[in-house]
Amino acid sequence: MTLRGAALAPDPSGALVWPAERTLVVADLHLEKGSAFAARGRMLPPYDTRATLGRLADLVERLAPERVICLGDSFHDRRAASRMEAGDVARLRDLTGRVADWLWVTGNHDPEPPEGFGGRILDELALGPLTFRHEAVPGAVGELSGHLHPVAAVLVPGRRVRERCFAFDGGKLILPAFGAFAGGLNVLDPAVSGLLAARFEVHLLARGKVHRFPRSRLSPDKA
Amino acid sequence: MPDLSFPLLPANVQGWFRSRGWAPHPHQLAMVEAAVTGGSALLIAPTGGGKTLAGFLPSLIDLAERPREGLHTLYISPLKALAVDIQRNLEEPVAEMRLPIRTETRTGDTPESKRRRQRANPPQILMTTPESLALMIAYADAATIFRHLRCVIVDELHALAGTKRGDLLALGLARLARLAPLARRVGLSATVAEPARLLAWLSKTGHADGGDVRLVTGRAGASAEVEILTTRERLPWSGRMAMHALKEVYQRIRAHRTTLVFVNTRAQAELVFQELWRLNDDTLPIALHHGSLAAEQRRKVEAAMAAGKLRAVVATSSLDLGIDWAAVDLVVQIGAPKGASRLVQRIGRANHRLDEPSRALLVPANRFEVLECRAALDAVAAMSLDGERPRPGGLDVLAQHMLGMACAEPFRPDDLYDEVVCAAPYAGLARDEFDDVLDFVATGGYALGNYERFHRLTLREDGRMAVAGPAVARQYRMNVGTITQEAMLRVRLSRGPVLGEVEEHFIQGLTPGDTFVFAGQLLKFLGIREMEAQVAKGGTGEPKVPAYAGGRLPLTTALADRVRAMLADPVQWPGLPEDVQEWLRLQRWRSVLPARDGLLVESFPKAGKRFLVVYAFEGRNAHQTLGMLLTRRMERMGCGPLGFVATDYVLAVWSLRTPKDMDGLFDQDMLGDDLEAWMDESSMLRRTFRNVALITGVIDRRHPGQEKSGRQVTFSSDLIYDVLRKHDPGHVLLRATRADAAGGLTDVRRLSDFLVRVKGRITHKDLDRISPLAVPVILEIGRERVDGSATDELLEQAAADLVAEAMPELDSPRDEPRDAQGRLTL
Repeated sequence: MTLRGAALAPDPSGALVWPAERTLVVADLHLEKGSAFAARGRMLPPYDTRATLGRLADLVERLAPERVICLGDSFHDRRAASRMEAGDVARLRDLTGRVADWLWVTGNHDPEPPEGFGGRILDELALGPLTFRHEAVPGAVGELSGHLHPVAAVLVPGRRVRERCFAFDGGKLILPAFGAFAGGLNVLDPAVSGLLAARFEVHLLARGKVHRFPRSRLSPDKA
Repeated sequence: MPDLSFPLLPANVQGWFRSRGWAPHPHQLAMVEAAVTGGSALLIAPTGGGKTLAGFLPSLIDLAERPREGLHTLYISPLKALAVDIQRNLEEPVAEMRLPIRTETRTGDTPESKRRRQRANPPQILMTTPESLALMIAYADAATIFRHLRCVIVDELHALAGTKRGDLLALGLARLARLAPLARRVGLSATVAEPARLLAWLSKTGHADGGDVRLVTGRAGASAEVEILTTRERLPWSGRMAMHALKEVYQRIRAHRTTLVFVNTRAQAELVFQELWRLNDDTLPIALHHGSLAAEQRRKVEAAMAAGKLRAVVATSSLDLGIDWAAVDLVVQIGAPKGASRLVQRIGRANHRLDEPSRALLVPANRFEVLECRAALDAVAAMSLDGERPRPGGLDVLAQHMLGMACAEPFRPDDLYDEVVCAAPYAGLARDEFDDVLDFVATGGYALGNYERFHRLTLREDGRMAVAGPAVARQYRMNVGTITQEAMLRVRLSRGPVLGEVEEHFIQGLTPGDTFVFAGQLLKFLGIREMEAQVAKGGTGEPKVPAYAGGRLPLTTALADRVRAMLADPVQWPGLPEDVQEWLRLQRWRSVLPARDGLLVESFPKAGKRFLVVYAFEGRNAHQTLGMLLTRRMERMGCGPLGFVATDYVLAVWSLRTPKDMDGLFDQDMLGDDLEAWMDESSMLRRTFRNVALITGVIDRRHPGQEKSGRQVTFSSDLIYDVLRKHDPGHVLLRATRADAAGGLTDVRRLSDFLVRVKGRITHKDLDRISPLAVPVILEIGRERVDGSATDELLEQAAADLVAEAMPELDSPRDEPRDAQGRLTL
């Protein structure tokens, strides 16, 4: 994918890699989403933070990026940090410490991300030709965002494959949610497709690979 | 007229029988006698033997002799429609005997105001379902409602025992036994292989030898006249629709008063119905009945049937239970019955008068089904029905019940444990298993115990567990029940009525303009509007038939055994159609016949690939699992497996090379690590986990009309499953999931028995071309879903096809630096 001249590569994990800048971008970690549900009586497993951080740590290990950008909604809610288990707190601190420049972009779930985990907090970031923000702004070009948790479904003979995806129209790139418990919204939903040019494509994350499909090949969830 | 003095029956009841010109059946009197001692009773009788009346008679007598207010008898049926039907049928004798008894129904359809009134002022006899009972016993006033209860009648017990709904009901009865210790239990069942299992289920001890349940057996009806259709057409090699035989079936319909045409799946129902109408030159009134049709449509068909206005109904198992059709004089079974018990129950739907024999016609759809139909007939003649091994009660159902019991009143864990093990499905439940489930209900039960703050149940100072708040109870009531199914979409005629519901994923596979068959009509798909599929009548082009999930039951073990025995023994062949005999003779000449106790494996080349055909006869689910495990192992043996297809009878695997070591290939150790690894990845496990998550309330049920329109982030149970199996593989939710899958979709239990049975008895025939017996399964390729490493390839194929049409204004991916695994490097 080339966005305003910047060559970007989708990783099967759901992260985006910008090799020229040695930068790794992830969106919507939603840390402590499980415990947020548990607090309301829905006993989801408490391992989502551990799972998400584990996958992120693997990437940092493998790619050794100089910069990591988290595109907002990194923490599921304002009290996420207070519910986080001590081991996970240490894991996150260790992780941010291993990267020269760790950037927390704010999101609607975490307008004020918790302090004490290292890194810098920003509402938005411009880097070279690109802009990084949580929610896409209609019409903006050269923009990377998260927020929408895009997924796409493709019909292949005998079955329907529905997975997380990158949505890309040449001017805008919307990243899939990286968090273990982050659900998804079909890119054909007007909330996603309305932000993109009529002819966009997706990069679907399925079984450890990235598959590219044009919009015309996608299947809607429902009207 | 016979002497009508029955000392056990009060005068008005005797008078009623006399006014009808009837004498009570011996089994009806036996049920009354059993009630006199206050004990429970299990009545096993064929349909139409006055079974329901036998169940109610003791209650009617008690209330006739000692009229009183309060809930006296609770009747529980697996179908809402049956509860309603029985209530109507019972009102007649109650009125005619002039008994001071109110009878009412209470189901999910009962309005809230009526339900509230029923709790305050219950009728003497209440007809309900397992789910409604679960809700009733979870109210704080349950003890008051049930304090006068004297009798619980469970209808169609054979259909409930052994299912999750049965588990839920068994737990509900265990609670009723505490609330109303005097209440006796009455079970009504069709003929089953092992009455002991049902006796245990009904016993207040949870054991067959509890001694508190009396077994009453109804007189068997005149034996059925069953015939296998010997078609004039050539018998098809494969397929399940039996289209070749429908002309002859239509002739039979013409020759009878009323015919019930049973099929095995809803898709089959649609096609058979279409074809019968195409042949219907006399425009006979022929109707369609299956579980996906709108309830209103189904009621209409049932009413027309009861009124004798129909000549035939094409039906699935939605008509297997209950409702009486006295006028039916022929039952046709299209396709093999898959089990002898099922066949008996279906045949029993014809001629409900016990003195006339039932008449039935079996219509095999292909050659293997001929063998299966013959085996089923032999089994019925020998009265040997399928006994499936009982499965222990689901831990997910137990979790739901625990929460419900906490909603009713705080409980002491020791007391609840003692109560729960009196329910037969949980008789073997270990205390630590119980405690794990309780821990899950209370705080999630995760190894990482940081949810202590977020409990649903709290331990009070008096040692009782109580719900943490009213929100928890509300959540319980929203999620009660064990019926989970794929999301369904209503199908509506444009500006017209709702025709029924189909699986969401079927609709998602349609594009506007597509034609499909549903509710017996050719429909054109217009689009989805407001959560409904809009359709118009008519439509052109090749129709698609809704593919319903889980419509097919696998062949039972007992029947499979008979099919194997028949194949191995040429003495039994002369009863078979000539086509089939010739086919078997050719097989014996070209290869060998599968031995009764051994396993025949054939290999041969075809179209540049190597095929391996495994004659296991263990049913589709077990074969599917075997296929997954064999391909994994063949991969390691370097055989290059490409895919496989499973039928009820055989499994075919194709690969680049044929494995040499058959004993090694089928070694039992495949059930070890390979199975574990595969189960964890398997989509069946994911589906099973979703059901467990719904039943335990980890994720919410979607209620009709509740779906948010527009932006909707769906939270999939897959996400939970993935995280849980990685970080807490021993969690009780995963244990419940594996236990379910082992008996159900993966049929691991059956597969394991099979591998033990064939060890050291494998015959491998390496042939130069396909054998006659292998033809049917090879023909299934292309029709059946093929498994293997297929999804990956299909995705890549689909993606590759598209490179050409990729959008020109976008750059194609550049060559990025990648490491040895093809991953990007920085």
